[in-house]
Amino acid sequence: MDAMVDVHSQSGLAIDKPKVVARDVNVYYGDKRALNDVSVVVPDRGVMSFIGPSGCGKSTFLRCINRMNDTIPSCRVTGKISIDSQDIYDPSLDVVQLRARVGMVFQKPNPFPKSIFENVAYGPRIHGLCHSKADLEEVVQHSLEKAGLWKEVRDRIADSGTGLSGGQQQRLCIARAIAVNPEVILMDEPCSALDPIATARIEELIDELRQNYCIIIVTHSMQQAARVSQRTAFFHLGNLVEEGNTADIFTNPKEKRTQDYITGRFG
Amino acid sequence: MTDIVATPSPLGFRRVDVTSATARARIRARYRKEARFKAYGIGALLLTTVFLVILIADILHRGLPAFWHHSLVLDVPVDRELVAPGGKADAATIRNADYFPLTRAALEVAIPGIKNRNAQKQLTRLLSSSAADDLRDRLLENPNLIGTTVKTKLLLAADADLYFKDKPTTIMTREMRGTATPNATAGEVTVLTSANDFADEIVFIKQRLARRADRLTAEADRLSLFAGESVAGRVKELRVEAEALRKRAEIPKVEESLDNRMPSLLVAINGGLIKITKLSDVSATGDTLLPLRSSAEAKPGTWKLVTYETPESNRKVSDQEIAFLERFRELGVAERSFNWRFLTAGDSRDPELAGIRGALVGSALTLFITLILCLPIGVMAAIYLEEFAPQNRWTDLIEVNINNLAAVPSIVFGLLGLAVFLNFFGLPRSAPLVGGITLALLVLPTIIIAARAALKAVPPSIKEAALGVGASHQQAIFHHVLPLAMPGVMTGAIIGMAHALGETAPLLMIGMIAFIVDVPHGFTDAATVLPVQIYLWSDLPEAAFKAKTAAAIIVLLMFLFLMNGTAIWLRKKFERRW
Repeated sequence: MDAMVDVHSQSGLAIDKPKVVARDVNVYYGDKRALNDVSVVVPDRGVMSFIGPSGCGKSTFLRCINRMNDTIPSCRVTGKISIDSQDIYDPSLDVVQLRARVGMVFQKPNPFPKSIFENVAYGPRIHGLCHSKADLEEVVQHSLEKAGLWKEVRDRIADSGTGLSGGQQQRLCIARAIAVNPEVILMDEPCSALDPIATARIEELIDELRQNYCIIIVTHSMQQAARVSQRTAFFHLGNLVEEGNTADIFTNPKEKRTQDYITGRFG
Repeated sequence: MTDIVATPSPLGFRRVDVTSATARARIRARYRKEARFKAYGIGALLLTTVFLVILIADILHRGLPAFWHHSLVLDVPVDRELVAPGGKADAATIRNADYFPLTRAALEVAIPGIKNRNAQKQLTRLLSSSAADDLRDRLLENPNLIGTTVKTKLLLAADADLYFKDKPTTIMTREMRGTATPNATAGEVTVLTSANDFADEIVFIKQRLARRADRLTAEADRLSLFAGESVAGRVKELRVEAEALRKRAEIPKVEESLDNRMPSLLVAINGGLIKITKLSDVSATGDTLLPLRSSAEAKPGTWKLVTYETPESNRKVSDQEIAFLERFRELGVAERSFNWRFLTAGDSRDPELAGIRGALVGSALTLFITLILCLPIGVMAAIYLEEFAPQNRWTDLIEVNINNLAAVPSIVFGLLGLAVFLNFFGLPRSAPLVGGITLALLVLPTIIIAARAALKAVPPSIKEAALGVGASHQQAIFHHVLPLAMPGVMTGAIIGMAHALGETAPLLMIGMIAFIVDVPHGFTDAATVLPVQIYLWSDLPEAAFKAKTAAAIIVLLMFLFLMNGTAIWLRKKFERRW
């Protein structure tokens, strides 16, 4: 718990149950440094949003949390990120296991070009979570229910996932992510490709999911950050400028840059 | 926004003027340019279409006749002693019996009275050496037919078959006015007529002689342009010959003789046919090609003069053969049927017996080896290079070399196959196994490149989605990326296979060019493949092989269309949207 105490002293904020703790994270793409010494604490069972102008590194940081950046050959990460005090960049840790614990929802809905059922069942199947067909069906139904999609697709569960509307596809992706029962869900601008109604549905869903999961959401919409998150971190030019309770950040930012950004002066 | 456009820009940007003459001219020029571009495109398309249509029409025109052949349907008296000597009617005896006397007898029944040895030989040679195959099969099936007369199909030899497909000469007949009397029924016959029936022919012959003299003179003039001892002699000869011909043409002689450089004139009288060698206004003398029934007087209108327009020396079938074949046609025994043998038999020196089956099976066996080797290896190599290989100098080197290999001339692969598979590993010569391995080397780069392109075309979001739910890299590739890339991989593979199907050069090097009669039964049997068969046939002098060559090309093209069709079907079937 040393790390936790460290972070507390650094940010000056007390968090009851930290889930994800990042300390001095630097990310390099080749020679280019994309993140400078970012340290963040994400609480369990809540929503934390990362805001900031385009190219500020918030998505890069998000992808560090489930080591998605590993797939980019030129990318290099230093520093320490831990989930439940376990270092996720520890060489002994299996990255596939990590990604099962840290689910991800992407900017563009990306269901597999398979049936709705297969989309949700894929994760449980490869992780051997279900031992019978009935069991699997139950998990799929449960996940779709939690993603608020069950009522809409129950009659066409065998239809292709790509045939759904954009908002439905994104909820399908959320169902797919929660089917493996992760501890953390990362959302990379999940509503940027959706219309306001679909966005509202997703936001409702996020609000429900935070009872059970630690959710980290990257968003360009400050209203969305204010609506769905309890904590907010503001990134700018690869630096974490400010981190705090969402209400504080939006009403009483400590940093000038934060204030300028949330009042629309740049970004 | 409209306000901004309406007011002069403070930054000094110029507005697009759409009404001035220059602007209109510019727009017109742009339209013209677009129309011209479109015309170029349509022109190019039309040109290719025309070439393609010409090519295909030409091949079809030449090749389709080879899918039919002609045979004579004759009553064959099956002599028990010849087929089953001593009453031994077992399969081996029947199979090995000599059927030639039977078919000869059947021909003699159909056209009786041919005494001339040479004519007899020409008659029997109209039939293929395997003419009695159908009869033999029927006897094997039902030995009770031995001793009876069997109506059976006798396959014609290639030249006779070609005669029915494409007549080498126009045949004209003219009814005669006089009453004709032949002086014999066989051998040399003279026909006397009461009218001057042959006067027109004499004139016609003189015209021909004059024309031939003109041609020879022209040839002599042409040759005399080249000074030289050797030519001078020839020129002199030609001039002498031309002079002689001209004299013959000019002298109003009442009698004229014919040779084989003149159109053939024949007299059809009393059911027989006489080839005229000498004729005057009122008489014609010649050899009988078909014997006359009697030497009775023939009334006006019952006898005819027949002309074979093309001189005998300019065609492959003799007058005698034409006489026989025309007689068969009149008898209604010549029958056209689909040439199954072409699709079921192996190669042969006799054009009418040669088939494509051996090459077809050889191609199939070879392509099978190619496919099972290069599809898995190619796809695995592509997956590794595209998804797993570290980016370093070695992988770059490998990539460059794969691209280079795709451009290596195919004969080089043949040399490689010869040196490595035959000489070093000692694999059998001419075998589909070696051909397949060699072609696999040739096709591998194509498949790797196509498969990599297909893998690259799968959106990365699919892979990310799979990784995001905790699939390993390999699971993501094999569960999601590869199935989506499969249509592209399949298309590449089939295009590669089509390429291999049409490949000749490397197979020549490993001995798949041998003349192979048997249809191969396994991967190590000696075999040949379709394009090599086409190459072999195109080289043969017999006229009938020209049609066979075109027909084999048709078969090859059908195969190619089939494969490309499969590629398109597979792509459509497995194509998914994402």
